[in-house]
Amino acid sequence: MQIFHRSTNTISRATIYGAVFLIAVLLWAVLELQRSPYITYAKVARPQPVPFSHQHHVGGLGIDCRYCHTSVENSSFAGIPPTKTCMNCHSQIWTAAPLLEPVRESFRTGKSLVWTRVNDLPDFVYFDHSIHINKGVGCNTCHGPVDRMPLMFNYASLQMEWCLECHRAPEKNLRPRDQVFNMRYEQPSNDKPVVLDGKLYTDQLSLGTNLVRKYKLRTVTDITSCSTCHR
Amino acid sequence: MAGRPASTTEMKMEEKNAKQHREDICPGKKDKLDLQTVRAQIAQTKGPEYWRSLEELAGSSEFQEMMHREFPKGASEWLDAVSRRGFLKLMGASLAMAGMTACTKQPMEPIVPYVRQPEEVIPGRPLFFASAFTLGGYASPILVESHLYRPTKIEGNEQHPASLGGTDVFAQASILGMYDPDRSQTIAYLGDVRTWGNFLEAIRGPLNAQKAVQGAGIRILTRTVSSPALSDQLKSVLKLYPQAKWHVYEPVNRDNVLEGAKMAFGQPVETQYKLENADVIVSLDADFLYAGFPGSTRYIRDFAKRRNPDAGNMSRLYVVESTMTSTGAKADHRLPVRASDVAAFAGHLPAAISTNEPVPTLEHPEQQKFTNALVQELRSHRGSSVVIPGDHQPLVVHVLAHEINQALGNVGKTVFYTDPVDANPINQTDSIKDLVADMRAGKVDMLFILGGNPAYDAPADLNFADALKNTNIPMRVHLGLYQDETAELCQWHVNEAHYLEAWGDARAYDGTVSIVQPLIAPLYGGKSAYELIALLAGQTEATGHEIVQGYWQKQHPGADFDMFWRKSLHDGWIDGTTFSPKQFPMKMASYLPFAKNPPNAIEINFRRDPCVYDGCFSNNGWLQELPKPMSKMTWDNPVLIGPAMADRMGLRTEDLVTLELNGKKVTAPIWIQAGHPDNSITVFLGYGRKRAGRAGTGAGFDMYPLRSSATPWFTTGVNLTKAGGTYKLATTQGYQTMDTPEGARPQVRTASIEEYRKEPDFARDEEPPAELTLYKPYPYDKELYVWGMAIDLNACVGCNNCIVACQSENNIPVVGKEQVVIGRHMHWLRVDAYYQGDRDSPKAYFQPVPCQQCENAPCEVVCPVGATVHSTEGLNDMVYNRCVGTRYCSNNCPYKVRRFNFLLFQDWETPQLKMMRNPDVTVRSRGVMEKCTYCIQRITQHRIDSEREDRKIQDGELQTACQQSCPAQAITFGNINDPSSQVSKFKAITRNYSLLADLNTRPRTTYLAEISNPNPELET
Repeated sequence: MQIFHRSTNTISRATIYGAVFLIAVLLWAVLELQRSPYITYAKVARPQPVPFSHQHHVGGLGIDCRYCHTSVENSSFAGIPPTKTCMNCHSQIWTAAPLLEPVRESFRTGKSLVWTRVNDLPDFVYFDHSIHINKGVGCNTCHGPVDRMPLMFNYASLQMEWCLECHRAPEKNLRPRDQVFNMRYEQPSNDKPVVLDGKLYTDQLSLGTNLVRKYKLRTVTDITSCSTCHR
Repeated sequence: MAGRPASTTEMKMEEKNAKQHREDICPGKKDKLDLQTVRAQIAQTKGPEYWRSLEELAGSSEFQEMMHREFPKGASEWLDAVSRRGFLKLMGASLAMAGMTACTKQPMEPIVPYVRQPEEVIPGRPLFFASAFTLGGYASPILVESHLYRPTKIEGNEQHPASLGGTDVFAQASILGMYDPDRSQTIAYLGDVRTWGNFLEAIRGPLNAQKAVQGAGIRILTRTVSSPALSDQLKSVLKLYPQAKWHVYEPVNRDNVLEGAKMAFGQPVETQYKLENADVIVSLDADFLYAGFPGSTRYIRDFAKRRNPDAGNMSRLYVVESTMTSTGAKADHRLPVRASDVAAFAGHLPAAISTNEPVPTLEHPEQQKFTNALVQELRSHRGSSVVIPGDHQPLVVHVLAHEINQALGNVGKTVFYTDPVDANPINQTDSIKDLVADMRAGKVDMLFILGGNPAYDAPADLNFADALKNTNIPMRVHLGLYQDETAELCQWHVNEAHYLEAWGDARAYDGTVSIVQPLIAPLYGGKSAYELIALLAGQTEATGHEIVQGYWQKQHPGADFDMFWRKSLHDGWIDGTTFSPKQFPMKMASYLPFAKNPPNAIEINFRRDPCVYDGCFSNNGWLQELPKPMSKMTWDNPVLIGPAMADRMGLRTEDLVTLELNGKKVTAPIWIQAGHPDNSITVFLGYGRKRAGRAGTGAGFDMYPLRSSATPWFTTGVNLTKAGGTYKLATTQGYQTMDTPEGARPQVRTASIEEYRKEPDFARDEEPPAELTLYKPYPYDKELYVWGMAIDLNACVGCNNCIVACQSENNIPVVGKEQVVIGRHMHWLRVDAYYQGDRDSPKAYFQPVPCQQCENAPCEVVCPVGATVHSTEGLNDMVYNRCVGTRYCSNNCPYKVRRFNFLLFQDWETPQLKMMRNPDVTVRSRGVMEKCTYCIQRITQHRIDSEREDRKIQDGELQTACQQSCPAQAITFGNINDPSSQVSKFKAITRNYSLLADLNTRPRTTYLAEISNPNPELET
């Protein structure tokens, strides 16, 4: 006496394989979600009290990063400009622009502007801007083409695997120190070689390897040690 | 208080159940120490040479079990009665949750820049400001680390002669005092919220009325004032109201010192010691190597300098003392006597020294031997010895000490006399007596109590609280940090600004004035004593800044005042204010012959507490949880009693006893303290507060009711009876004991200087060969830095400063008494106290134990998730985010230096405490293991700075938190790959040894063995 129909065999096989497949898909979906801009906010512009355009100020007017982010070369934190920095110019130009009213109000009342943090690392990660600048990591290596961002967003996921990509092979990203703040810097190629110490480099790997030596980078084991970023 | 578990239901459950179960889970505690057994066991077997607790000495089975456990029983257990089924349900839910947390979306965070950024601020980098912490009127120079104008850490001021970079526990913990959420936050009238304006209005009328009677009804009560500006203000108030009176009272006062000086010199005189010039140091019950003794920070430095056996002539320390103190632990020869016997002991010395006559025959052969040797030694060290009397010894002892120092020609060499630091050196006990008499006589119309808590801590016979409550003084004003026992009895309470919030000035023990500068605007708009006194002087709008600066402008009227002011603020002291030593002619003192107490009379000692001082730090969780130097007691003040006496009375540790004195009764538990003199008990003041705050209220037992104005420090006639019942004490003494295998050597190693010279490498063990490990060694020769630490046990005086410094630097939570009892305290650094020899008169040693940062670290290999890993610079990194809380690492750590967050000990809610935390260190959550990291945040910062400047980190530039403020410089940290670094040099010294070296863990923290310098005549 057969309780189950013959087709049960097929169905059960399908179910078992299907379950494996389903779990795999679910896992994949979770991992994708984890890396997606929904979680990381990558390339998602955030609401700000004033729609400040880096594209205009950096790309258009050519203001150097350090004009506003003053402590980038000597502190872990690059610094967010005080209202005073905005008013250096905007007490002269666009003095009546309605968009800038929050800035003027802040200056008048002495109450700070409350921005939304864009590049926000978790609190257990201790990133230091100054040492990256010093070792030849360009601003746009991590922050992307800021000079082409009308509204600011984080360019990368800022997840640990992304950090490690570079910490495991820093030579892939290094550039000469004098090019760190150059927003239009391009990695060396045959068309556009990069000059370092009077020598022409046409590929990133040889330039990077040289810079690793020149800038005395610690070994990959060193800079992938946990305590490099976590305390 | 900082880390009391948050109020989640789970935790409440935990706590409630824990209480029920606790009684039967602490094996070392359950069957309390039975002295009969102890004696029997000691008689039969030879106990360990060094021991930490009497249980260990007796080798009790409870101790054995304790030693072999990772944590005391109960720490790791789920004490809740939740059923297995319920537990599984919870587990299921939390697993599901755990899966979800991986997808946590970081919330959007605001970022708030300045409107106009101050020039000196670099966001992300701290600034350091010089200031001073004041205790008992004496200033301790400090530097305060400030992150965007939030003070976060107290460091020592290395350039200030009074500290040379050291601090003490009270200064270190004062930062928590400022952020204490229980501080008084408003001005109050009869408990209702009022404004400063209301207060001004309220006192205007009465003040005007007082003008007519020349202020006859005004009384001002302050604590000890050394501030030149404040005393100047007070004097001008007294000029304005000639009949007004300024009273001074502090429970831990120096009346005896003052009276002694008056008798010897006819005037108040400050005594300073230069211990670096002293070959022989005699302490007559003076605890001069612990915080609270004026100048202790500098004295510790000078003392430690002269205790280096590898650099010339070691000094020798004799201590005669009435209770076991950390100073006594450092003595080469210690004589425990009752406090009242110190005078008799000292009385033999002057004649014997000056006349070369033999010492009269004493009752005890021990004392006779000690005295003979000491007299010999003093005679042969004229001009290079020093006798230091304890503050609580009667004036006779002070006069005797002056006489002896004069007779030995020490004055001008090791002993210096200066003007008093106290701006109003009066007898404080008399002062408060007069005040209470005036109050009771109805002479007081306006009483200003500036700081202090006399309703709690005034002598019991004066009944100050009653006088305050029942004498109908129409205007009682209390200025204080807390709405405490005194505030309750005053109509007006003005919330005081903490010293980190207000301007001020104060003198260090050598007279040097430091400007106290505020690090932050008053959190609750508090007012300082300067501002309140200015009111009385008629300057209603004067700010603290104007007052202090104005005073110094008068002292320094030149055109360069601005420069002078800025320099004084920058350096942390005012040039030219140090008192220069003076000659004071000694009068022929005529003191009464000291009455000898009958040898069997029980004497009671009242001492300031090593942690909460006189009670003013009661609500400071860091200090409450700080293990006291000798007993490692936290959160309580049991009655200390000697083993012999306990034996006679059949008392066991934790037994409740009733102390009866002058008709007052206090019931408290006892603690048997090895080395405590017989027929004497010691009680610490400062506990049993009724209105201290969440940490201090209810902790311990109030001993002030027993303390009278006639005998504030010790007296006989105390009646001690068994009260029945026991009381749970939270001591860490028996916890984290390192297992010493049979036949192996003890963790603390000591020798006399003679033995050390004969056998310089006595402390070293033969280490197993380095290759005897399954793991591949790391090639450190390629590394620029390999960090290591050397701790000099000879220098360490057990002052506990490092523990609090570490707690402050590394955001270490406070867990509360209940949790300490079950061994869940979180200190990354512990200071073990070891005793040696006879329990009645043992020698004692201190050993600070942070993470040993082993080369072959047993913790690393057992972590299933790689949360603790070796770094390339030789550290055992602890990665909190990887940790899943298996606690295998802790189980495998032979040094027991890892701490586990069993609950959410860190306070994540209170906004004040968030501001206090070091932003460079992760704030750990529940279920995470943590431990000493050699202050990895400091290493990283210095590495980054040096790399940016393209140089190596200089030796000595990078200091760990424990090292920076160690007054004794006992801790040295640095690069052991560099043979010229200080730490490498220390490690090359022959007395350098590793803990548990036979395990081949190859710790990076090593110890320099303790070398004593005993008098050969007393060596038997």
